[in-house]
Amino acid sequence: MYTYNDYIKEEKLPHIWCAGCGNGIVLNALLHALADMQIPPEEVVIVTGSGCLARLVTYPNTSTIKMLHGRVLAGATGIKLANPNLKVFCLMGDGDGATIGGNHLIHCARRNIDVTAIICNNFNYGMTGGQYSATTPYGAITTTSRYGLVEENFNMAELVKACGAPYVARCSATDVLNLRKYIIEATQKKGFGFIEVLSACVTHYGKNNKMGDAPNMMRQIDSMCVPAARAKNMTEEELAGKYITGKLVDRNDLIDFGTSYQRLREEVTAK
Amino acid sequence: MSNMKFMQGNEAVARGAIAAGARFFAGYPITPSSEIAEQCSLLLPKVGGTFIQMEDEMASLAAVEGASCAGVMGFTATSGPGFCIMQEHIGHALMCEIPCVIVVVQRGGPSTGLATKPAQGDVMQARWGCNGDHSIIALSPSSVEECYELTAKAFYFAEKYRTPVIVLSDGITGKMYENVNLRELGEDELPPKREIAGDPADYRTYNFDPDNIPPLAPFGTAWQTHLSSAMHNELGYSFGAPENADRCVRYLTDKIEKHIDEITMTRSYEMEDADVVFISYGCSARSARGAVEKLRESGVKAGLLQLQTVWPFPKKEVTAALGQAKVVAVPELNLGQIFQEVAACNKGTKLISIPKVKGELLTPQEIIDAIKEEM
Repeated sequence: MYTYNDYIKEEKLPHIWCAGCGNGIVLNALLHALADMQIPPEEVVIVTGSGCLARLVTYPNTSTIKMLHGRVLAGATGIKLANPNLKVFCLMGDGDGATIGGNHLIHCARRNIDVTAIICNNFNYGMTGGQYSATTPYGAITTTSRYGLVEENFNMAELVKACGAPYVARCSATDVLNLRKYIIEATQKKGFGFIEVLSACVTHYGKNNKMGDAPNMMRQIDSMCVPAARAKNMTEEELAGKYITGKLVDRNDLIDFGTSYQRLREEVTAK
Repeated sequence: MSNMKFMQGNEAVARGAIAAGARFFAGYPITPSSEIAEQCSLLLPKVGGTFIQMEDEMASLAAVEGASCAGVMGFTATSGPGFCIMQEHIGHALMCEIPCVIVVVQRGGPSTGLATKPAQGDVMQARWGCNGDHSIIALSPSSVEECYELTAKAFYFAEKYRTPVIVLSDGITGKMYENVNLRELGEDELPPKREIAGDPADYRTYNFDPDNIPPLAPFGTAWQTHLSSAMHNELGYSFGAPENADRCVRYLTDKIEKHIDEITMTRSYEMEDADVVFISYGCSARSARGAVEKLRESGVKAGLLQLQTVWPFPKKEVTAALGQAKVVAVPELNLGQIFQEVAACNKGTKLISIPKVKGELLTPQEIIDAIKEEM
């Protein structure tokens, strides 16, 4: 019987993240989810890239690899295909996962690689000082959009859905219990499981956009969230600037790459 | 046992990799390397391996690194522009110490250059393409046979020294057809298995001792690994102290350079009494061999030192060749990338560069003409 303590290296705490940052919540939810699923720690691989969330590799009591910035899902593809018994968790920020790594995100979803991908979206590059990313909302102030951003942002959950991922969920970092549940469901789904977590960067994004202290900022993020069931009855204008949350995709009709390739192997070997 | 086949150099690369035990290929199509990917898509699933065509060259080498970390030897193949894109990952594999093989079938550059024409312009890119100080292993085949043999050897070095190894082929060697003996490799020629023993609590991903490189424990085993391309400590956790950075960088150089004698592979043709010596590699070594034969026919004591190992640079062998010769010439399909390395070893021997960047091979006659005045 594994408990939460089997998955965390307590001696490495406290973590390095700023007070009010959502990254610690994501780490906590992930490790609790691992304990809930009773996955032996040696079967877990945690893959990160660069940025604040990438520093997460210090804390879990599992094997870890820091890929290059943006290449988390590409590295994870090789890991999973080489050893399908591994449970591979890809932890990315919005810079890593959706901006420099956006190409790998869409292709990993399209190929339906059986990994769990969590993008912690804090709307900016925290580690490098609060520059804008591909998920920064239009008009937002960042250290590279001092007069307000003139680019539209990605709707990551919709993007991944359009690429054919069998599991997509989105929630706020304050929604801890649902986050834990989504991680379990995404992991148990045979195929690409994707979760977008809306998170607070108090130090940069919050400060630059006058969103107040950590509790205030989290409240504001929560107020941007609309549960999928409620969103169904809302107009496009009402949904402008909002993030539809909950389990957004849950399909069982898709075959993951690894399963397809194993079939191919068996067919060509039998010939 | 002999298993002679008539095939293309690129195909022999794929065969050599599989013979060495590689079971994973991730790549992105690019001329003139694409046959390697095509062969892998055909052959790998039949031996329980995996072929995947990725979205770009970054993803390709990232996936190969991932497979290697999960315990499956992997490789990728590309040409100049794709090699540029891979450089950051070569640095990542160097720093994380992830064994992998990158095959580069060189074409005319810079940039898009001459996509279908041969060149040897990526010799220095292989040496210094990624950021920071390091050493690297690069092997350069000059025949279809060597495409098979040196690719297999590349996996041996990759696993033994826990490092990325580059196979520096070219548009001629990769595309030409010759007989090749697809022989079974002996036990001692196969890449060393990653044998890890002892208490998992005592396992360290790194130890910074060039003579005692710990094997990379595959993910999914009891031995926990933490891989990071940031400056790290023995456990793989970030550690940016100045003395640690110094230790890491020197170690990455030493672990190759201290084993240069084992890594160096050269071949000598007619060298015993040669006083006109060519030093060359890859397709140009074939041209130089032709020149040696012609010169010998006309009574000139010509010889060839072929560098199968290009990096680390075989200083000892090159210095010896310079010492015995009156004239040394370096034919190559670039403007003198290896010539400069030879010059650095030279202590007064007449030394001639024979460069060519027209996207065509050097003919034996061109090589002879280039040294005529010196004879």
